[in-house]
Amino acid sequence: MTVRGNDVRVTPCPDGPLLVRGAEEVLDDDGVAHPVTRAVVAVCRCDMSQRMPWCDGTHRASARARINREAKQ
Amino acid sequence: MKIPTPRGPLSAAVASALRGKDLPALDVGTLRGALGDEDVQLALWMIYQLHYDGFAGADLALEWDAGLIALRRRLEDEVLADLRERTAPVVEGARATDDGPGLAERLFTMVDSFDGAGTSSYLQRRATTEQFAEHLVHRSIYNLRETDPQVFAMPRLPGRAQVAMAELVYDEYGAGRPERRHSLLFADAMEACGLDPTPGAYVDALPATTLAIVNVMNLFALRRDLVAASAGHYGAFEATSSGPSQKASGGAERLGLDPRVRDYLDEHVEADAVHEQLVFRDVCEAVVAADPASEELVLLGAATCLVVEDAAALPVLAAWESGRSSLLAPAVQVAS
Repeated sequence: MTVRGNDVRVTPCPDGPLLVRGAEEVLDDDGVAHPVTRAVVAVCRCDMSQRMPWCDGTHRASARARINREAKQ
Repeated sequence: MKIPTPRGPLSAAVASALRGKDLPALDVGTLRGALGDEDVQLALWMIYQLHYDGFAGADLALEWDAGLIALRRRLEDEVLADLRERTAPVVEGARATDDGPGLAERLFTMVDSFDGAGTSSYLQRRATTEQFAEHLVHRSIYNLRETDPQVFAMPRLPGRAQVAMAELVYDEYGAGRPERRHSLLFADAMEACGLDPTPGAYVDALPATTLAIVNVMNLFALRRDLVAASAGHYGAFEATSSGPSQKASGGAERLGLDPRVRDYLDEHVEADAVHEQLVFRDVCEAVVAADPASEELVLLGAATCLVVEDAAALPVLAAWESGRSSLLAPAVQVAS
């Protein structure tokens, strides 16, 4: 994944996506360019999103599964 | 908008004040379960409406009428008492511990461990077109005014929190493209389903549990002493949006609804995955960094969102399961 833009700032969220500011487009691993249409975008880091390269919150499914396992113990 | 039909003495008194009569002396007494009280929630909704669209024929000066403000404060006390009771176990489980996770992590865990009802799985797999339209009618109480309540909190937030709020609000208001304002996308989705997208058009059909969704937003955002709760509430609201929007979008596809419905929902899958991070990490953490004592309010706000949405979803699901309308009046005529 490559981020293109003049003043790109990347903030990693623990156990979550990368918040990217100042990007114009994000190139995925196949080289396909995805235009950025908002001031801040969340780029998926867990590879489970159904809207790659963007985060769709799916990473939290593993947190929910862990919480459910702990609740049952 | 027109003045709603009263549901008891409190909303009747507010309605008559909106028509220019003096507000009578009211003995509110002690209410049990103010969050689900039809009369209380409608009275509060009408008073808050004076800060937005107001009512046809009602004097604009009523927005700051001392009698209505005093009644609002009295009813808010009852709502807050009910909220504190209902959210206590959720807040308790999210309090800080020595060497435990930080605030944002505890807020995400609060949301992810809350075992609440939601309508999104039903919408995805089972809802009829009529039930989907009812869902839009319920959500219209807020979505036609998306983010407007939270903006009232912005000047009262610490500077660092304002930066993240501004990024988020820019997105909500279309990110520079007027046709992409989220409230407008929702109005388009309603119109596509043959519904009236005028704010307040369906208020007489909405139960107290639905009115409470937007009333608690106004309660937190309009009062400076509760601004930290507004931040917590907003975070939980955004953090419970992406997944449910994805499911509801699948339901819209299954039913073959107009693409404008999916457009609204799909926008929220992507946008709210950003917003949940911005509010929990940048807004809530900045609020508590500026005033550590406000953490309890942040947790109260987040837990309120979860509890109020759960209380709103339960009667809707119960009605749908038994083949009834979830609305108070059969207000929805769906264009086919």
